[in-house]
Amino acid sequence: MAAATGTVDLAVQTRGLAVAYRKEPVLEGIDLDLPRGTLVGLVGPNGAGKSTLLKALLGLVPLRSGWVRLLGQRGAEARRRVGYVPQRESVDWDFPATVLDVVLMGRYGRIGLFRRPSRHDREAAWQALEQVGMAPYAHRQISQLSGGQQQRVFLARALAQDAALYLMDEPLAGVDAATETAIITLLQELRAAGKTVLVVHHDLNTVEAFFDWLVLLHRRVVAAGPTAEVFTPKHLQAAYGGRLLSLPAPVGSEASAPSGVRL
Amino acid sequence: MTPHDLWILLTAVLVAASLGFVGCFLILRRLAMVGDAISHSVLLGIVVAFLLTGSTGLLPMVLGAGAAGLLSTWMVELLRRAGVQEDAATGISFTAFFGLGVVLLTLHAGDVHLDTQHVLFGDLVYVPFDILAWRGWELGPRAVWTVGGALLIAGLTTWLFFKEFKVIAFDPAFAAVVGLPVAWITWLQTGLVTLVTVAAFESVGAILAVAMLVAPGATAFLLTDRLESMLGLSVLVGVPAAVAGYGLASWFDLSIAGATATMAGLLFALALLLAPHQGLLARWRARRRTPA
Amino acid sequence: MTWEALILLLNSPNARWVLAGSLLLGAGCGLLGTFALLRRRSLMGDVLAHAALPGVALGFWVTGAKSVAPLLVGSLVTGLLGAAAVDGITRHSRIKEETAQALVLSVSYGMGVVLLTVLARTGLGGQSGLNRFLIGQAASLVRSDVLVIGGAALAVTLGVLLFFKELKLLAFDPEFGAGLGLPMALMDRLLMGLVVAAVAVGLQAVGVVLVAALLITPAAAARFWTERLERMAILSAAFGGLAGVAGALISLSRPQLPTGPLVVLVATGLLLISMAFGSSRGLVVQRVRQAGIRRRGLAGGTPVRWEGEAS
Repeated sequence: MAAATGTVDLAVQTRGLAVAYRKEPVLEGIDLDLPRGTLVGLVGPNGAGKSTLLKALLGLVPLRSGWVRLLGQRGAEARRRVGYVPQRESVDWDFPATVLDVVLMGRYGRIGLFRRPSRHDREAAWQALEQVGMAPYAHRQISQLSGGQQQRVFLARALAQDAALYLMDEPLAGVDAATETAIITLLQELRAAGKTVLVVHHDLNTVEAFFDWLVLLHRRVVAAGPTAEVFTPKHLQAAYGGRLLSLPAPVGSEASAPSGVRL
Repeated sequence: MTPHDLWILLTAVLVAASLGFVGCFLILRRLAMVGDAISHSVLLGIVVAFLLTGSTGLLPMVLGAGAAGLLSTWMVELLRRAGVQEDAATGISFTAFFGLGVVLLTLHAGDVHLDTQHVLFGDLVYVPFDILAWRGWELGPRAVWTVGGALLIAGLTTWLFFKEFKVIAFDPAFAAVVGLPVAWITWLQTGLVTLVTVAAFESVGAILAVAMLVAPGATAFLLTDRLESMLGLSVLVGVPAAVAGYGLASWFDLSIAGATATMAGLLFALALLLAPHQGLLARWRARRRTPA
Repeated sequence: MTWEALILLLNSPNARWVLAGSLLLGAGCGLLGTFALLRRRSLMGDVLAHAALPGVALGFWVTGAKSVAPLLVGSLVTGLLGAAAVDGITRHSRIKEETAQALVLSVSYGMGVVLLTVLARTGLGGQSGLNRFLIGQAASLVRSDVLVIGGAALAVTLGVLLFFKELKLLAFDPEFGAGLGLPMALMDRLLMGLVVAAVAVGLQAVGVVLVAALLITPAAAARFWTERLERMAILSAAFGGLAGVAGALISLSRPQLPTGPLVVLVATGLLLISMAFGSSRGLVVQRVRQAGIRRRGLAGGTPVRWEGEAS
């Protein structure tokens, strides 16, 4: 299989990855190979372990077994080149900080102990704010932002990390239409710049339009590959089970005309 | 006002300042009750250190208390890993430590200068009588040096690690991803809480320590939206609480610790009602205006 | 303690009363604690105990009485006020629950201490009185006190038994309960009210600082032995009763030792034993189970590698 030479082209590689909370297995036997320079969607039903997979890749939850390689490297070394956008609800937005404060946090890993952010760090933060259209709000207190604006701030913080791989947990959940378009455009720009972006996504209607790669997850990897190959009724049925029946699935022919699938 | 009163007041002010801004991070990290737990667990360390060394000197007290504080934090972690919910684990460990401390204290009641009364309420009144001397020079009350030193250490540490404290309080998972030593910093913060609590302990006791850890920071949290100003305001709120508490206590001959805690609570209640944006009154007004 | 001393002790009617009271109290708190633990309200017991202190002082002050009943009423009143304050602060401001708890706890304790120093000066309370409320002195209880305490503990127990299935739902799945049309918010208040009552009773014997352990520690110990709520409740009550009796017994035989810390230490001992050897979640059982999983994993032929740093 993939020897040491092959893994260099991969942004994310896992083998036999498994995570359990107490006795309950959350993820089992995850083998992933995500090529660099792709915009990857990670979809699956509620409780499929999507957020847990991101956290496992980042080393935020202990692995029961298996291993992770990010950008061809392992452990803390690799994580320094990874940008992370957690779920918006994972923090308390009453925290006394401004938008610029939060975006600057994206630089903290590079600054080093005992040092203050330099002018260069500030410039990087401002640039990230420009990219998400939040520069006018730089000195606003974060509790005064709308949901979509909070999401943009988190994106800007990840951009300030200046990473090669971005892991994003539902960045499109509960945002307004304008923010959604802005975020998607930004993600496509990142891909064009050669970055890899892995996005947890919940809306099956937009999957085909947004992502060129897809990972279907339901505790295990149901299917992974180019969107056209993965986004088929058969695979979706396997991942979502009966729950998908509420969606208008196309008739009959399973994998024969995958590109024709419209939901 | 006699020099006697001034020394007491100075100690109270230093205690309020040191506990106040260390407490801000406890509040933001939602660890306020852990602060309460640490301040109780510390008793065991103080008693054991005294029984081992026979002195109430600062160093053995701080070392003993520090060890007890860290041990109780470790016990919480142990219980949590064994599947006990975090809040229950906190409750179990501090009651066990405090209980053991009280039992040891009463068993050796005869030869211990500490008593439960003293530990629970502290005794600012006695502060001026315990003078630190060096080569015959009188350097002022020992408590002033103890608490002042703790304040200095806590202030310097916070200044050095400000950005780490900040990002870990806001989003610890993200801090871990960008490669900051989250566990290490958390231990450092626990150590700071223990240090300022122990330093405050002998002058003001366990309860006031908790009150001054939490009340000024919570008050400041209602008054500002910037972390830097929250830290500053917590000191600005804590000091008048200490002064007013001392005034009230000496006027009516009450427990200084109790009166100060009460005044800190009163200041919080005022902020809760009247804070410019976060106060109940402002919120009520804003809500009345919105539908119109 | 020798057997003769024990029998001598048990021959004293007052000691028997104290032991009976401690048993009822420990068992009642243990039973109630099961729900407080599962509902993640463990530390509220600690908060409410401290909030009860001003009430104790006021009860003392108003009646000037040495009997327990007015103190109980006073602590019930300020305990409920404390619960309302935590709830109100959390709901109507950006202050989070833990902060509100620590705030109410420490400030009401401070107010209680102020009131007690006033009392001490008027000669009503005195130093021994202070210590009694802070760390408990069951040996000083007389028959009439024990009757009040035991009665109140029985009332709490009955309250829990009466609403057992509602409390079970509240602890397990309040949203499902609400879906069934049950008033879950009201049940939450009821649980809080029972905790206030239990704490008000408990602090007379165990003291303000440690009474929370009566609610937390036996329940946490019971959790290691079973996955069933009914069994957990019975076991927790048994552990609580045992700790109460054992603590009171030692305190009676060595009167200088305060009751509260002894009860807590016995309960902690039970917890540590349960944590090691509990038949359901104990560490030994878990170790054995994990070894089984690992062996099966290897037998399946999957290469298992442990990423050490990922913890």
